[in-house]
Amino acid sequence: MINRKRPISSGTFGRMAAFCLVALAVAQFGFGSIAEADDYAADRNDMLTVIQAHAQYSKSATGRDYIDPKVIGAMASAPRHEFVPESVKSLAYRDRPLPIGYGQTISQPFIVALMTDLLRVEEDHVVLEIGTGSGYQAAVLAPLARQVYSIEIVPELARRAAATLARLNVANVTTRAGDGYYGWPAAAPFDGIVVTAAGSHVPPPLVKQLKPGGRMVIPVGAAFAVQYLLLIEKGTDGRVRTRQLLPVRFVPLTGGR
Amino acid sequence: MILLAIALASAGILAYEVLLTRLLAITQWHHFTYMVISIALLGYGVSGAFLALMRDRLKPHFTTAFAASAALFGFSAVAAFAVAQRLPFNALEVIWDPRQLLYLLALYLLYTLPFFCGANCVGLAFICMTDRVGRIYRYDLIGAGTGALGAVAALFLLRPPQVLELVAVLGCAAAALASLSERKARGRRWAALYGAGAILAATAIPPAWIELEISQFKGLRQALAVPGTEVVAERSGPLGLLTAVRSPTIPFRHAPGLSLNATGEPPAQIGVFTDGDGLSAITAFDGRREPLAYLDFTTTALPYHLLDEPRVLVLGAGGGADVLLALYHGARRIDAVELDPNFVWLVREKFSDFAGNLYDRPEVRVRIAEARGFVAGERTRYDMIQLSLIDALSGASARSLSESYLYTVEAFGDFLERLEPGGYLAISRRLKLPPRDSLKLFATALDALKVAGVADPLRHLALIRSWNTTTLLVKRKPLTESEIADIRAFAEARSFDLAFLPGLTEEDANRYNILARPFLFEGARALAGPRRAAFLDAYKFDLRPASDDRPYFFDFFRWRALPELLAKRATGGAAMLDWGYLILFATLVQAVGLVLVLVLLPLWFGRRPARARGGWRVALYFFAIGVAFLFMEIVFIQRFLLFLSHPLYAVAVVLAAFLVFAGLGAGATAWLEDRLIDTRISVLQLAVACIALLAALYVFMLPALFRALAPLADPLKILLSLFLIAPLAFWMGMPFPLALARVKSRLPALVPWAWGVNGCASVLSAILATLLAVNLGFTPVVLIAVALYIGAAALFHAPLDQ
Repeated sequence: MINRKRPISSGTFGRMAAFCLVALAVAQFGFGSIAEADDYAADRNDMLTVIQAHAQYSKSATGRDYIDPKVIGAMASAPRHEFVPESVKSLAYRDRPLPIGYGQTISQPFIVALMTDLLRVEEDHVVLEIGTGSGYQAAVLAPLARQVYSIEIVPELARRAAATLARLNVANVTTRAGDGYYGWPAAAPFDGIVVTAAGSHVPPPLVKQLKPGGRMVIPVGAAFAVQYLLLIEKGTDGRVRTRQLLPVRFVPLTGGR
Repeated sequence: MILLAIALASAGILAYEVLLTRLLAITQWHHFTYMVISIALLGYGVSGAFLALMRDRLKPHFTTAFAASAALFGFSAVAAFAVAQRLPFNALEVIWDPRQLLYLLALYLLYTLPFFCGANCVGLAFICMTDRVGRIYRYDLIGAGTGALGAVAALFLLRPPQVLELVAVLGCAAAALASLSERKARGRRWAALYGAGAILAATAIPPAWIELEISQFKGLRQALAVPGTEVVAERSGPLGLLTAVRSPTIPFRHAPGLSLNATGEPPAQIGVFTDGDGLSAITAFDGRREPLAYLDFTTTALPYHLLDEPRVLVLGAGGGADVLLALYHGARRIDAVELDPNFVWLVREKFSDFAGNLYDRPEVRVRIAEARGFVAGERTRYDMIQLSLIDALSGASARSLSESYLYTVEAFGDFLERLEPGGYLAISRRLKLPPRDSLKLFATALDALKVAGVADPLRHLALIRSWNTTTLLVKRKPLTESEIADIRAFAEARSFDLAFLPGLTEEDANRYNILARPFLFEGARALAGPRRAAFLDAYKFDLRPASDDRPYFFDFFRWRALPELLAKRATGGAAMLDWGYLILFATLVQAVGLVLVLVLLPLWFGRRPARARGGWRVALYFFAIGVAFLFMEIVFIQRFLLFLSHPLYAVAVVLAAFLVFAGLGAGATAWLEDRLIDTRISVLQLAVACIALLAALYVFMLPALFRALAPLADPLKILLSLFLIAPLAFWMGMPFPLALARVKSRLPALVPWAWGVNGCASVLSAILATLLAVNLGFTPVVLIAVALYIGAAALFHAPLDQ
């Protein structure tokens, strides 16, 4: 899928070394014992390499051609295989979305990285997630933010995700099953909101619960095929703007720049 | 008796073909329509090969073999569907998981089986009843025509799984009839057995085997996973399976394109899924305006800010959102046109209280009709014609290759003609990125305005966008400065962006919903200027406006972009691909391969039709007429689609007419041969001359004729269509039996070979016709068909035994 022999510029190489260091550092905080002991460390590293390779071509989306090392660190520490059904465990670290039941998917790792990156999460941030799904996105956000709130519409998935997160000792994620349209008023406002699938419109209550200066990210497209990422930024003046970001550089005109 | 059995078997096969397109569209996606055509025809092709090899062994047991094949057809029609539903095939995963291609292949082969069994019946009859080839051909065609029509009719009355039972019944009934024709006690015993099979098929198939197993990734299944949701109504029809769902705990809140500045939310809604996907909604309405305020925060509301108490035509009314919008803005009169009677039934009958008797309000007039047909027959002039988010079905590419006469240059011309001089045509669509629909619409509107003789079309157009919808306004007169100011104010208040407006600057075009570049603005400007041709050429998607001769608005595929999109498939490229086109092309490649392996090779090696004795010429002849027949049929179905105001009646009427009249033509060949015996003209020459003349005449005459006759009543139009098709189809029915009779008398060993080659040609041409039409338009396809008929006639008249 990805040609790993692609020549990598020296600048990129330096950054990748830095990634690995940060990744190791974060990994020690994040999921402590489980991450150290699991048999998937090599797979996870491969996944991170693929993500970084993709990221070189996503400058049009993020404005930079790499994923924030902190995000890579968080993904290095999240045991993705714990979040997928037994039947597809061997594919957990492939850079592809996987079915998790109830017509839902766990997003492609690259898209998770991109979305997390776009949120620009800081240590003291409070982040809301609409659509817990497997719980993986929340687990990636957990080491980056102060607190993560996550709502899942399908009760069975909500239960499963909560159990997984508890088993992995992820302390700063609070989940509940139910309607995500009205957000989580008790914990609002949020520095970041991530909605795992676009509905017909962006719920006005969520826009309201976004702090001035906050960011919301929504992937748009069918299951298994993200078309673009919608980034919603609330200016300090309260005016809301969106950006539609293709996950990869694609210019519609031949020879276009 | 046996002829009736042949007709029944043919009816069953065609009914199964029609049904299978529906079954796959519901449980999977619409892409599979083309696959079904090639599966069916492949079944015929393999059957030809099989019979060629088994001919001598089966011939003495004709009735038994026929009856067994028919019964097997009925059985496997049900079994194939039941088994296929249990395969873990997920079309959406194809780009991620190569195993899915294997499942797809398994599906393909599984569904080939019933068609193979069914085709064996007809093939056996051809081999064993050599003295009645003409009559067999006639009964085969008439049965097929009736089956296609019957399936469409049955889909109105029954749920698709019940129609499947009906197909099984047809198979068993054909078997029973065939057994009875033996006129022996043994035959009667078998007939009773098969009869019992028919009764069992009708009554005793466990519902769980054939219940529709809709993909879990479609909207309906996902909605039903939410606690408290329940299906409150279901209506099945050939246009689609509508499922109405109530979701009291977590409401639907369907409001595409709602501004981020909106504060209100939609009232309670009943979600309506078409074929298990493509949510639309019936919104609760109690007669008060206030709860509808959210609708004014969509791009669709734009034209109402330029009009006062307008007279509005809503095309594709569906659940009634646009009608509510019109009411909210005080429209004086609202004509709402909806194609699917089931949808109207849901709003008007089933949920009339919930919908506030929306469709029975004094200012609202609802018509069940196809939009083009309605507009052609209507004399009212409107202040606004609105088409919003029609075809929102199953996302971007599902219907990329289905024709649509709504979004063609001619359609826009018709719509503009029905407007008051100051009136607007308003079209909203979901925004795709990079831009496709929005720009093609813009180009189409430009062309339509030019055709209408407008001097400066750019003064007539405005295009705005939210993050997920665009609305294009086309005004008959130039936009005034005050209207331009109103459009700006409307967009500004809702944080919508202007994509095109007279006097718009680049900075103004990308302010709230920021794209990497102001693609729409740049595109619109390029399309309007002298660089249009260069822009169209350099754009990675096909933006050429659709026309009635090439009505494929949803096709954006260009081969040139394919390598890049495939290379980037894992990072967004897959979502930009027109899968419909690719699947069609893959189907063609697959069909060519399978045809070569399964049909031609066994025939060649098994029987060695001696090349020196003209075998290849026989093959060429039957290949040419096979391709030509289907090309004609497909194009004329398309042509009449536009004329007959309802697409399904059109397909049924045209298909049935073609099959029946071709059947009559086949029956008349012998009679005609006797009449022409003393002249120097052969029947084939006469037939081909008539075909060429009629086809050429129709291609150039029909569009104008249809325009002139558009206001006629539907039954008259149907009658007229039959009149027009009859002579063409009649002559087209002759080349096959004429040559088959000749081959039979001179080179009898080649009969199955001819039959097989003809089948192959059909496999390929069904797919090829669509590919050619998408790229070139219908007219060239007809001309190719005519050329093939003429070529075939030349082959026929060269001596056979050289």
